[in-house]
This record gives sequence, C-alpha cells and structure tokens, in this order.
Amino acid sequence: MALFIQLTLTGLTNGAILALAALGFVLIYKSSDVINFAQGEFLLIGAYVIFGLVAQVGIFWPVSLILTVLIAVALGVVVERLVLRPMIGEPIISVIMVTIGLSSLLKAIVSAIWGTIPQAFPAFIPSAPVKILGATVGEDRLWALVIAVLMLGLFNIFFTRSREGIAMRAVADDQQAALSMGISVKKIFAWAWSIAAATAALGGLLVANIVGVSGELAGFGLRVFPVVILGGLDSIPGAIIGGIIIGLLEAYTGGYIGQGLNQVLPFVVLIVILMVRPYGLFGQEIIERV
Amino acid sequence: MLTLNNVEVIYNDVILVLKGMSLHVPEGKIVGLLGSNGAGKSTTLKAISGLLKAEDGEVTDGNIQFLNADIQHKDASDIVRQGIFQVMEGRRVFEHLTTEENLVAGSYTRSSVNLRDEIEIVYEYFPRLKERRHQTAGYLSGGEQQMLAIGRALMAKPKLMMLDEPSLGLAPLLVMEIFNIIKRINEEQKTTILLVEQNANLTLSVADYAYIMESGRIVLEGAPLDLRENADVREFYLGLTEVGQRKSYRDVKHYKRRKRWLS
Repeated sequence: MALFIQLTLTGLTNGAILALAALGFVLIYKSSDVINFAQGEFLLIGAYVIFGLVAQVGIFWPVSLILTVLIAVALGVVVERLVLRPMIGEPIISVIMVTIGLSSLLKAIVSAIWGTIPQAFPAFIPSAPVKILGATVGEDRLWALVIAVLMLGLFNIFFTRSREGIAMRAVADDQQAALSMGISVKKIFAWAWSIAAATAALGGLLVANIVGVSGELAGFGLRVFPVVILGGLDSIPGAIIGGIIIGLLEAYTGGYIGQGLNQVLPFVVLIVILMVRPYGLFGQEIIERV
Repeated sequence: MLTLNNVEVIYNDVILVLKGMSLHVPEGKIVGLLGSNGAGKSTTLKAISGLLKAEDGEVTDGNIQFLNADIQHKDASDIVRQGIFQVMEGRRVFEHLTTEENLVAGSYTRSSVNLRDEIEIVYEYFPRLKERRHQTAGYLSGGEQQMLAIGRALMAKPKLMMLDEPSLGLAPLLVMEIFNIIKRINEEQKTTILLVEQNANLTLSVADYAYIMESGRIVLEGAPLDLRENADVREFYLGLTEVGQRKSYRDVKHYKRRKRWLS
C-alpha cells in the first residue's frame, strides 16, 4: 500500500508538470494550428534563465521568478513576430519545419551562454522529505503539484470567463469570423505564444528543481507529445488529464513491472485510446449537423 | 453615413471584381443591395469591413467614406471599433463555443460594458437563444445560428450593421421572422442597416432604398416602390411577367427578355 501511495504521488507530481508543459503546446495549436516542436526548448530556457538569475547574478528568487516569466513572455512575442508571422498562409509542413529549426537554434543559444555541463538548481524551493500516508515525497514535488494545479485552474477560468480567453478560442474556431468581430488575430497569436512560453518556463523551473539544470530538459518537452495526443491536441482539460494519466502510468509501470518498461507502456495505452477515440480523449470532434 | 465612390477591387492582383462601385447609405435607414450570384455583393461588404485583406483582395481605386473619414485602408479591427459590423454570409458562429460565449466574443471591441444587460437585450430579440444559452453553438439549428450571428452583431452595438444574406438556407417562415427582427433593430436601436440579399421581394418590403448590382457595378437604384414597377426588376428579380402574373413554365413560348440596363 505504501508503495502504491508513493507511486501515485510521484506520478501525480510528474503528471502535473507534464500537463503544465503540455498546456502551452495546446494553446499554440488551438489558436494558430501550429505544432510547436520548440516547446521543449521553452522549458530549457525558462530553467536556465532562472538558474542564471538566482545562482549566477544573485537576485532574490521571487524577483527572479517574475523576471523569468517576463523574459519568457518577451521571447514568445519575439518568436511569434519574427519567426511565425512571416509564415502565416504558408503550408503547415513548412511551419512545422520552422519550429524544428527554432528548437535547434534556441538549444544552441542556451549552450552558447551556459555551456553544456549540467548544473545544480539553486535550492530555493524547500525539498525536505514529507510523509503522507506512509509514503515519503520531497516537499519540492508537492510544490510542483500545487503550482501546476493552480496554473491550470487559472487557465480554465481565463478561457471560460474572460473576454480575452473567449476571443482566443474564437480565433481557434474561425479566424475570419473572429476578424469580423474586431478581434485582432495577430494580437491573439502573440498572446498564445507568450503564454505558452511563460507556462513552459514555469514547467522548466519545476522540472529543473527535481532533476537539475541541463540540456536534457528539452527532452522532457518531447514527452509532451503523448500527453497532448492522448488528451486531444486542442483540449486544455485534455492536456491536464492526459498529463496525469501519463504521469501515473509511468510511475506504476516503473514501480510494479520494472524500470525501462515505463517508457514504453504509455505509448501502448496511447495507441489503444486513439483506436477508440481518434481525436484523443477530449479533442474537438468536427461538428457536423445532420 | 457610408459612401462608396467608384470603388475598384482586385483579388490576387489580377481578378477585377468591383468595377467602379458607388453607393450611399444614409443614417438610420435600411438599404438593400440586390444582385445575382457573383455580382460582387459580398465583395462590396468585405471591402467596407476590411475583411478583404485576409482574402488577398485590395481596394485599388476609389474611396470608402464612413462618417466623413476614409476607411478603405484601415484594419478590420479598427473598422469594427468605428462602428461597422459585418454579419458574414453562412452564419459563421464559433461552433465550439456556447451561445453565450459567442455573444461575449461579439462584444470584444467594446470597453467597459455591462455584459449581463447587453446579453439580455439580445435575448429579448431572440428568446430562442436564451433557451439555448449554454449549448454548443455548432449544434444549434440553422435559424438559431443566424439569430446568434445577428445577436453577436448587436453585442458590438454598431452604428452600421451589414448583413450578408441572412435568409440563406432558412425556411420561409423563419426568414420572415428574421427580417421582422432586422426591421425592429433598425427602429429600436437606431442601427443603420445595409442588407445584401438574393431574396428581392422581402428585401424590397423592408428596405428604404435599394441598389441592384450586376458584374461589379450598380445598374439600377431607387425606392422599393419604384423598383417594383421597373419591368426588368419584375422579370429578373421578382419572377413576374409584364402583365404582372406569376411566370409559368406552362407558357411554352418563352422568350428571354433582354436586360435593358445592359445596353
């Protein structure tokens, strides 16, 4: 039983972080139909920037945190303006290739500034082990869970209650109709990219806190793919539930069946679910009135 | 209020769609714009609302004036902010949003607005929408979607509302209902309306003035009563013969009348 609780907690925390990283991905796909292969690098940059600010420059961590989010937002806007906007109207495959190029570029910039040697993440999040129902889990993991849940809740409110959020979903639905409503599609795209970069930065910070700061972090971004495909590429609740399912699955298979297999099983489940629900668990079906 | 002077529109740098289009919409009136398929009615509306740019179209000549200011080079969102709202052809509701979220999206350009009250006003015009307020818009019936599209426009509280074929694909009774509501909006909200239609009979019954368009320019204009008397309009738009009866295909000998305005 203790093992079960232990694995559940590990799975949940991993899943919540995955969901946070997946959220930005969904956001970009939802509003602009672009599959962003550079999402992992956004995580990487977020982690390195806060590492640089706290450990190298020595700024008090809450200030650094705010600065990191602001830098991420700026990065999102710049990427949208310089890289994505010229691609509007181009074939989707070209846009995807551009994001792959972008991911290499960002990775190279990071290693040019900070090198490739893994670094320890500054320990400003307390990491003392906490006992819950007989299982032990690091306090930092619990914080990760809390922050992820909080962020996801905020997003949910943003998208269903605020006018900006509804406008964003409107753009995703029908760009021209949104345009006729006076919604500036360019502005919405910039919003989507900056929010995506900011959440990824937060996700990167949470992962880096657990595994350390290194180029490996970008690989974590790739694990977002099974999450979003499982949940549905364009669904925010899907990203959350997909993240938690993948997190739990990885933890359970790792704990009960054996390490190594936990990298495979999520994909097996993914295939099964896609056979039953080709749009993913919560993906938007194309509405057809009959 | 709105004046088009000799407007020329070219798509993709080669296709000339509007060839010197001129039209005037006076404040507080309903103006109808009639014409067959491909005459350039929708293009005219898109040229006014600025949506043309998203389709690679461009106003290359002439000018469009709204409240005495040129608007032909403005962005679509600026034009909406100035008070022109286009209800696009084919309803174009946001399918995955609920009815109420669609209405909220319509109010996007308005700052400091009491959404509750505004939405209630829309529900007063369209009580059916209130029953379906939390339903996904994509699953509404065609008529309800058209009501939602007009409701969305009401949320923006435009000075000029442009409707592109609101009767498209709807049952005759429903079309009547929608036209009555358009008339009410014009009277109660003091919204000026530019109505693009193929349904000549209904349009002439609600409009204060009407234009008839053919291949990119206006060929005829006048008050509805005068237009109804015009032999060409009777023949080609109202489906009546010279003596005023309905046209019948039983009359085997059928000569196509020559459109006089073309010569």
